[in-house]
Amino acid sequence: MNWLALASLALGAFFFLAGTVGLLRFPDVHSRLHALTKADNVGLGFLLFGLALEVGSPLVGAKLFVIWCLVLLASASVSHVIARAALRRGVEPWQR
Amino acid sequence: MTIDAVHPWLALFLLANLLAGLWRVLTGPTAADRMLSTQLFGTTAVALLAIEADTRAMPALRDVALVFALLAAITAVAFVRRVWQPREGSK
Repeated sequence: MNWLALASLALGAFFFLAGTVGLLRFPDVHSRLHALTKADNVGLGFLLFGLALEVGSPLVGAKLFVIWCLVLLASASVSHVIARAALRRGVEPWQR
Repeated sequence: MTIDAVHPWLALFLLANLLAGLWRVLTGPTAADRMLSTQLFGTTAVALLAIEADTRAMPALRDVALVFALLAAITAVAFVRRVWQPREGSK
């Protein structure tokens, strides 16, 4: 069981890295939004899953799952709101 | 290598992510990019708090993580509503 928690922690950290690199490297708001929310949600999900495995008590695991659901809902709606505002302000998605 | 030995390194790694996010705050052309990095800070803070709640055995930190997740969403919506109204917006 230990290696599974370790593997999911590592995977979560990797996705966080991908989110940060995506935030720094991508050319415009929309693609950065895309990279950031996807990587964070998945990264956070793996991280919390690993932590929930370590903690062992199902109650705490349920609480971590609730945290993850809140972050999912929050970042989904936030990225929608920001992208819509960016479009309305004329920030066109980047084309090659 | 026990699991708990990994936690400090993981927390350090997340902090490094935060510092990298600062670069986007400096160079972000539009205000939305700076708001994106605050979103990154919010999520990374949630992750950090969850890790610290486990290593420090302080269950209260998980509630702090919940509040952080909520505040990150509220700041972004407040930013879009207040600061970033489209030009023909009335406010």
